[in-house]
Amino acid sequence: MLTYIQNFLRALGKPLVKFIARFGDLTLFIARSLYNCITPPFYLKLLGRQFLDIGFYSLPVVGLTTIFAGMVIALQSYTGFARFGAESSVASVVLISVTRELAPVLSGLMVAGRIGAAMAAEIGTMRVTEQIDALVTLSTNPFKYLVAPRIIAGIIVLPLLVFIGDIIGIFGGYVICVYKLGFNPANYINSTLQNMEAIDIISGLVKASVFGFIITLMGCYNGYKSKGGAQGVGEATTNAVVSASILILVFNYILTELFFAK
Amino acid sequence: MSEVKIKISNLHKAFGKKVVLDGIDLELNKGESLVVIGGSGTGKSVLIKCIQGLLTPDSGSIEIDGEETVGADRRTQDALHSKMGMLFQGGALFDSLTVWENVAFGLLENQKMPRKQAKTEAVRVLRQVGLAPDVADLYPSEISGGMQKRVSLARAIATKPEIIFFDEPTTGLDPIMADVINDLIIESARGLGATALTITHDMASARKIADRIAMLYKGKIIWQGTVKELEKTDNPYVKQFINGSSQGPIKVEV
Repeated sequence: MLTYIQNFLRALGKPLVKFIARFGDLTLFIARSLYNCITPPFYLKLLGRQFLDIGFYSLPVVGLTTIFAGMVIALQSYTGFARFGAESSVASVVLISVTRELAPVLSGLMVAGRIGAAMAAEIGTMRVTEQIDALVTLSTNPFKYLVAPRIIAGIIVLPLLVFIGDIIGIFGGYVICVYKLGFNPANYINSTLQNMEAIDIISGLVKASVFGFIITLMGCYNGYKSKGGAQGVGEATTNAVVSASILILVFNYILTELFFAK
Repeated sequence: MSEVKIKISNLHKAFGKKVVLDGIDLELNKGESLVVIGGSGTGKSVLIKCIQGLLTPDSGSIEIDGEETVGADRRTQDALHSKMGMLFQGGALFDSLTVWENVAFGLLENQKMPRKQAKTEAVRVLRQVGLAPDVADLYPSEISGGMQKRVSLARAIATKPEIIFFDEPTTGLDPIMADVINDLIIESARGLGATALTITHDMASARKIADRIAMLYKGKIIWQGTVKELEKTDNPYVKQFINGSSQGPIKVEV
């Protein structure tokens, strides 16, 4: 009987200890990353490259995602609201859902797939081919050279992307309402502008910034800690995308709660 | 010549329950070339990584130029790295940079040398390891394995280090290319007057580049001496290893 209990506790304890160790490891990684983000030297050229990679080259993906999100929310809310004659609220529903939720969350998830995976693969390959060790032996801090530029770029660029996504998403709603559902263009724009509140847009941009941090952190962390050749890098890539996506959804809720719950 | 450059005493390192280094004592004199031989998985790479500060030993001491490095702060570690160069087993060239940017990495990032001057210097070092200047603008993936080794060697010596580590420099090369690399190692280490620590299991290479050879087995240095002494030793472990025999006191764990 006693051995059963012991085995049971052992089975319970091992993953728990593992989880706590991993959590501690991640916390240390975050602390070290942030410290190296704010202390010199800064690699401006590498930062510039990350701005291009994360920001500029993600524009098509974010644009397509948000325009269709705006279009579908216009169509859905119109057909839904028509049941009780509230078609006139479509403009503000599009505005609020795009700026608060759809643009930040969908862009975040798309960029997590695009950038998180690429980062984990690149840094993971550098780890398993000893390129990270080589950096250290050449007196270069890998946190400054590899991690800091990515995280800084993620935090700054994601809000810019999402701001553009906001505009494109609202435009998508406008296109559907005006050209398909026969709304008056002037009324639609007026109604959008009248209902626009700073908090809707700002909360979306703050979310985007947090998501940018999550995506780049998970990409760097999983890549940095990867081991064991090609298989290890593959695993790191998967983990980076999955963990970033889940964390985005979790923090989306937490931030919404902080911003809007009374 | 008898000035001690690196002094390792009672060094221990374990990963979980697996003890890798179990009390290493080793000394390297200035300008000397020491080769550490030993089977795969005996902790040769771990030893080098401990000396470089890439891994933290569990206990023991490593003194470089009389200065303790175990537990040293970041600044001391950084200062140490600028004294060291390393040729990695797989080359470990940065594949996002061109060949010359790889070679000049230390000059560009740490010594803040202007790019034009750094490139001239990189091309000079590349020529030293037998590579033509037109290789400079290629990427590492565009050149052969032997050339990558040479570029990696060029990167290791470009900052004129006082200590150079060679991690299995001839592994994966054909015998002739291996010998070319051996010659380059001797030349470049002597040319710089650098202290060299090589780990390998290639006996031909060890005989050629070593002033002194040490054998690592089960986490301990079980034998050390000159190449001449190596041929005459009656240590059964060393004899088995240099003859490459499956029979003897060393049992291969399958």
